[in-house]
Amino acid sequence: MMSHWIAAPVLLPAIMGALIVLLMRNDLLLQRVFSLVASFALLAVSLALLIAASTEAPEVYRLGDWPAPFGIVLVLDRLSAMMVLLTAVLAVCVLLYTIGTNWDARGRHFHALFQFQLMGICGAFLTGDAFNLFVFFEVLLIASYGLMIHAGGKDRLRAGVQYVAFNLVGSSLFLFALAAIYSITGTLNIADLAVKAAALSEGDAALFRVAAVMLMMVFAIKGALVPLQFWLPGTYSNAPGPVAALFAVMTKIGAYSVIRFGVLVLPPSHPITGTLIADLMLPAALLTLIIGALGILGATTLSRLAAFAAVASMGTAFIAISAFTPASISAALYYIVHSTLAGAALFLIVDLVVDRRAHDSLRDALPPIAQAGLISALFMVSAIATAGMPPLSGFIGKLLVLDALRDSAALIWSVILVTSLIMIVGFARAGSTLFWKAHASAPEGDAPHHPAQALAFVAVGLLLAGLVGLTVLAGPVIDWIEGTSAGLFDTSAYINANQLPEVK
Amino acid sequence: MEALVASAIGMMTAAGVYLMLRQRTFPVIVGLTLLTYAVNVFLFTSGRLATNVPAIYGEGAPGYADPLPQALVLTAIVISFGMTAVIVMMALGAFLEAGHDKVDMNDDDTPANGGQK
Repeated sequence: MMSHWIAAPVLLPAIMGALIVLLMRNDLLLQRVFSLVASFALLAVSLALLIAASTEAPEVYRLGDWPAPFGIVLVLDRLSAMMVLLTAVLAVCVLLYTIGTNWDARGRHFHALFQFQLMGICGAFLTGDAFNLFVFFEVLLIASYGLMIHAGGKDRLRAGVQYVAFNLVGSSLFLFALAAIYSITGTLNIADLAVKAAALSEGDAALFRVAAVMLMMVFAIKGALVPLQFWLPGTYSNAPGPVAALFAVMTKIGAYSVIRFGVLVLPPSHPITGTLIADLMLPAALLTLIIGALGILGATTLSRLAAFAAVASMGTAFIAISAFTPASISAALYYIVHSTLAGAALFLIVDLVVDRRAHDSLRDALPPIAQAGLISALFMVSAIATAGMPPLSGFIGKLLVLDALRDSAALIWSVILVTSLIMIVGFARAGSTLFWKAHASAPEGDAPHHPAQALAFVAVGLLLAGLVGLTVLAGPVIDWIEGTSAGLFDTSAYINANQLPEVK
Repeated sequence: MEALVASAIGMMTAAGVYLMLRQRTFPVIVGLTLLTYAVNVFLFTSGRLATNVPAIYGEGAPGYADPLPQALVLTAIVISFGMTAVIVMMALGAFLEAGHDKVDMNDDDTPANGGQK
């Protein structure tokens, strides 16, 4: 029984963010210390929650102690515990990198916004209430707006305006969907929705279908599913490197929400929506993967290459999700964990390169950068992981996805395999322009001086070590994830945890 | 009353979407604001339109007005207000830095064309 600790991943960053902005806004050292301590504490708490969740049934925490369909609850199950832990791991690595590269000194309030962002992300993963999910989306979005334009600059601000506008539309759509669902079912608690949505009358069918598709569209915006991915490349490539790395988990919130609602509230067996969601999602996911891979191949700058890699990874994840079977969901979950770490590592490495180069265009080679050997090795490792080549976890992840989707092998397998090849070519092209042609274009000589930034390399190394760990321990990890997926499909456990009152 | 509210929501949404697709920041923000108004009214009506009935059901009451959408609408209003303020500030910043208020990014000075980072 974890009881009050379930609220800790939300409360801890919230309190720490407020403390940092109120008491330490003029002292960067204090901010760094407290932000790091808070992130490590979050890591410890989420580890404890994960251990508790993997042995016990889903547990509910009542905020304000009102019972479930009326009050707002947080629900800890294996899936939410896993995603919170993933967030915490990412947060620690990104924070170490930020401190190592002094990114946090280039603007104000980085650490406060960072903590509020963590609060929103953890809250979105833990909440058991659809409207509360909207509120946590807004919390993480408003913090991300601040982080996105951290350190300012013309392009960053203009990309930021686009990002905010796109997300405001997404939020409006979310509210339309929630209002429609509430007007049909009279509830917004996810477990209660699952019960009530399964027993809807025929008269509500049309409105419910519209609401369900709108809801999934909102999550598709978050998850950058084609044709709703337009915000991602511009945002991620213009955001500061460490912020883009933290955003790697934000697209996964879309995937998480699709899994949560797709399994609990709108399963393929649902009498009204049926396979509507899956039928819409699969072609979109295949297109997402294709556009992501082509984007990697055609990217004109290194940051856009990393952004399109994020799009491609979401495509693969959504392909697996759209089947909505236990095997495909567990493949998707493994791939989500992998692609979060790999995507974040890629963004951090891109930032290392861009920081040392005059610009990040991939059109022409520039003289070698400082610490080129180490950075090129790191780039190669993360490229292998992202493209899904052996021996790293990307390969295992894609293998699991392929294995789970044997039924429609001809189409899905060929798309995944061909796009993998395109991604390999794209990464090879970028790597050779960055690191090989650099030597050809300039005479051998002393590389330009640049501070060593050991901490930044440690942070990248930690992320890549996570990928190696995910590969070496693939057996136990997949076993655990299969348990998670099985628990997810046993929807009665989640619903019973909410202790809904008997309907008379 | 239903027809009035429904057409009001529809018109605000249509006007909001039209303005949102404009090229300049100011109409886009006004469009977003109109869209959030439409959402707020829509959210309000999700508890059904009822006049002159109490929010809390009691003995002898003819019916009740669902209080939950009103709470949801309050939250939504606060959030959309805050978000609009944020985007106005960011748009102002972008306008001052770039010298114009176009929304699209296809200028010659983006990093994609080899400009400075």
